[in-house]
Amino acid sequence: MTLAPIDWLIMLLYFAFVLGIGFALNRYVKTSSDFFLAGRSLPAWICGLAFISANLGAQEVIGMAASGAKYGIATSHFYWIGAIPAMVFVGLFMMPFYYGSRARSVPEYLRLRFDEKTRGFNAISFAVMTVFSSGISMYAMAKLIQVMHMFDGMLAKFGLPISWSFHVSIFASAVIVLLYILLGGLTSAIYNEVLQFFLIVAGFFPLVMLGLKNVGGWSGLKQQLPSAFTHSWQGLSNAHTNPLGVEAFGLVMGLGFVLSFGYWCTDFLVVQRAMAADSMLAARRTPLIAALPKMVFPVLVILPGLIAIALPTPTIEPNGGASTIHMAGPGKGLIPAKVDESGALKLDADGKPVLDYDLAIPNMLLHYFPTGILGLGLTALLASFMSGMAGNVTAFNTVWTYDIYQSYIRKDASDAHYLWMGRMATVFGILISIAAAYAATRFNNIMDFLQLVFAFVNAPLFATFLLGMFWKRTSGHGAFFGLLSGTTAAALHHGLTMPAGAVPGIKGGWIANLHTYPSEMAQNFWTAIWAWSACFVITILISLATKPRKEEELKGLVYSLTERPSEGHLPFYKRPLALGLLVLALAVALNLIFW
Amino acid sequence: MGLDIRLPIGAFFALIGLVLTGYGLLGNKAIYQQSLGVNVNLGWGIVLLIFGLIMVVAGRRTAK
Repeated sequence: MTLAPIDWLIMLLYFAFVLGIGFALNRYVKTSSDFFLAGRSLPAWICGLAFISANLGAQEVIGMAASGAKYGIATSHFYWIGAIPAMVFVGLFMMPFYYGSRARSVPEYLRLRFDEKTRGFNAISFAVMTVFSSGISMYAMAKLIQVMHMFDGMLAKFGLPISWSFHVSIFASAVIVLLYILLGGLTSAIYNEVLQFFLIVAGFFPLVMLGLKNVGGWSGLKQQLPSAFTHSWQGLSNAHTNPLGVEAFGLVMGLGFVLSFGYWCTDFLVVQRAMAADSMLAARRTPLIAALPKMVFPVLVILPGLIAIALPTPTIEPNGGASTIHMAGPGKGLIPAKVDESGALKLDADGKPVLDYDLAIPNMLLHYFPTGILGLGLTALLASFMSGMAGNVTAFNTVWTYDIYQSYIRKDASDAHYLWMGRMATVFGILISIAAAYAATRFNNIMDFLQLVFAFVNAPLFATFLLGMFWKRTSGHGAFFGLLSGTTAAALHHGLTMPAGAVPGIKGGWIANLHTYPSEMAQNFWTAIWAWSACFVITILISLATKPRKEEELKGLVYSLTERPSEGHLPFYKRPLALGLLVLALAVALNLIFW
Repeated sequence: MGLDIRLPIGAFFALIGLVLTGYGLLGNKAIYQQSLGVNVNLGWGIVLLIFGLIMVVAGRRTAK
């Protein structure tokens, strides 16, 4: 692929604006609260768009389209069963404690509600997790740029070897993200996330329209795909009769309840965006406003995957435009088959070629977009990678500075010192991310292993928050040991079960194989259900056996001891409860329409 | 915060819209065979230009 000057112009304009926003905001950053919490001064709609944009990283854009091509519209369960109910819950029921307690981070809330060890456990695991996720995001971007040959023409022009594409991508993205966060802190990250949100819509919407036009609209798409691909609940009564390989109970409990509530309600990466809001009301409305565009995002990220798999495989691109990536092999639609380093096809156990679903979006862009709008589409793709990275980095520098450095290393320094530390943490966070990205090129298994460990640590978290916020009897010892047993339960369950067709190891079964799940997804969901249940039960048992904290200390931290904010005087569209119900009704409607 | 986010976002999309519209009007039309015969640069460029201008106007109104 060669980019024309106009494509470069669009990309450079984007970088100029991203950095420009950082520079323009620099003079407003005076205290550590400005840097880490945007001075708690942003309106709800900005925080809301940043709330979904921070999560709209590489994994989301590339992964959801890949999953759409692989499983069909059932992928939308990650939105309509997963994210949406959890976002309504965090806005209505949890934000009053996060925002009302004046905690500056999620781990700090755990310190206020429980004790130091629970905070420490959460802060350290979260900090490690975010820098590695940011590194993995960077790696994925650089790899994709390499596969698409995006920078090859430019490198050749400067007389540099094409193999530098990977390094140039990593360092360019790292430097841009570093600069705009150093300059404007969280405000800068949030403003750029809002810009990225609109850019992703601007880049992907015309792609979907062209794709739909080509396949004859939604009805044309339905005719060309198996019916399970266009009906989200078809065959879900049994794990063996649907493409996901999960039954409805595992899906609703594992994904809808444990995993989604665990992520959207407790992950500081997203909660931080709501904490930056200018009032309690705005903080509560942040996830609810975010839920509205989130609900229709499947159109932008899943539908391209469906279209890519439904199209006839092109032989030669028309008029020598930007050609799609290695379509010579036996692919399906626009999805090519995977090849290994020697150029040989990768085959699965049945001898069929393995498809490279991650290329659904890139190939759609290259297939439909001529010069000009191609620059916009690629810029949108880069923007999504960078927003994912920046979200991780801003969450990391806050947790590091407030929950680790200020708590365990230097307690009583001046605010200016912590502001300085936050900037240092940004630099180090990005350096570690770069190291992680390079580690991923050499030791892919280590990254898989790390992500597995993170999943174990995360799975039980929501049980701790649920009990902590709604049962005043929950004690610090209960929370801490509940979390540990939840993580242990997750590891044990993973070690004792396997997805069908896997070998013991990173996919599970490393202790013994007691149960085989029909798919990896089913195994993941059930690992989460076991972890959550273990944490829930153990936390209750230990809390009952230990001393609870005095009620006066828990005001503003627990539901029954906190005054409900009055909102009766507001018009209905400003009331969190009314908004929340509206969002839920729309989500139910979407499930019914695509049943 | 002192900077209204709608201003830079509006300016950005208005600029991108202008660039795409201009290219759609003046550039080689043969490339649109790839996009099913639709001049996407022109059409989408105009949409982005209008969106950008609306954002700028909205941002300036509240500033006053």
